[in-house]
Amino acid sequence: MATTATAMSTDTKWWNGGKSPFNVEYGKLMMWYFLMSDAFTFGAFLIAYGTVRFSTNGWPDPNEVFQSFPGLGSGYPLLFVSLMTFILIISSVTMVLAVQAGHHMDKKGVVKYLIWTIIGGAAFLGCQAWEWAHLHHEGAWWGSNPFPNMDGSKATTNFTNFFFTITGFHGFHVFSGVIINIIMLIMTLNNVFEKRGHYLMIEKAGLYWHFVDLVWVFVFTMFYLV
Amino acid sequence: MEHNAAQMAENHGGGTKEVIRVTIILSVITLIELALGYAIIGMPPSTLVTAVKGSILILMMAKAFYIVAYFMHLKHELKNMIMTIVVPLALFIWFITAFLWDGNSYKNLRNTYDRHHAEQNSIKVEKKEHSSGEKHAQPSSDHKGH
Repeated sequence: MATTATAMSTDTKWWNGGKSPFNVEYGKLMMWYFLMSDAFTFGAFLIAYGTVRFSTNGWPDPNEVFQSFPGLGSGYPLLFVSLMTFILIISSVTMVLAVQAGHHMDKKGVVKYLIWTIIGGAAFLGCQAWEWAHLHHEGAWWGSNPFPNMDGSKATTNFTNFFFTITGFHGFHVFSGVIINIIMLIMTLNNVFEKRGHYLMIEKAGLYWHFVDLVWVFVFTMFYLV
Repeated sequence: MEHNAAQMAENHGGGTKEVIRVTIILSVITLIELALGYAIIGMPPSTLVTAVKGSILILMMAKAFYIVAYFMHLKHELKNMIMTIVVPLALFIWFITAFLWDGNSYKNLRNTYDRHHAEQNSIKVEKKEHSSGEKHAQPSSDHKGH
């Protein structure tokens, strides 16, 4: 791939006018740059979390904090978050399939896979709502941390503050992604893209949705695994 | 990938086969991450635990690569366009190194020069039971921070 790309940039005069130098639609390029800026926002949050964690002597054990599963009670570390992770991965896959169906002008396929993606996003939000409610019930919230450090010493509220802020910000992205996907579904059903002759809008919504999944990869690792 | 530019605009990237392949890779990496996560539950901090956590971080980067390269199709864009996105993200290398280094240094300085802080941090509290009985409660009482 790299060889064809370099061969192309020397043979084809991309910057002589008459063609799009990046060979990408304007809206899609701007979506990429928006996502890049969003990556810095999330990066700043996660690095702030890391810095505070590095500057603190003790930290709560995530396997003690996140160990409940609805209907099963507690004592299941990592189980619920595994479910949430797989829900988001699968919804990302169905989004790719929706984009591909769009490439083939397959309206039925786009509708089907968009609906699955929306269901996945809603399921993830439901899981997060349950987890937040459960933690809140245990006394955890912004400014309140009932969990002691791993070494048994008293913990500060940094742990819960960062957890609720970062997962909340990510959850808000999932929520807006679901809204965007619902709008895409309505537009598809109204034949907007069919009349336009292409489904490139689905691609941009897809980029946003994959970014949400990408951020979860980092949030999931930083809060639950390490 | 014998596409020319015109074809690339129309149809970039592999088909359903590639999607299935990447889905399997992502799932397998996630399962390995979770297995490693389970393996270190309840273990007191040690070099081994740090190494396992490091491997989890490497696997995380691999997952991020597969999502961005294949699901977001960045691998199939023009090189110049890829560079406008990837090069600015290199700032993260400095960003992460500098801040974590600073955080660690602050902790060490405080433990060295602020005895009160260090003592406060070694006081154990009564463990509050949250909705559960005893699970994998690890007696790590001999471990007092670093």
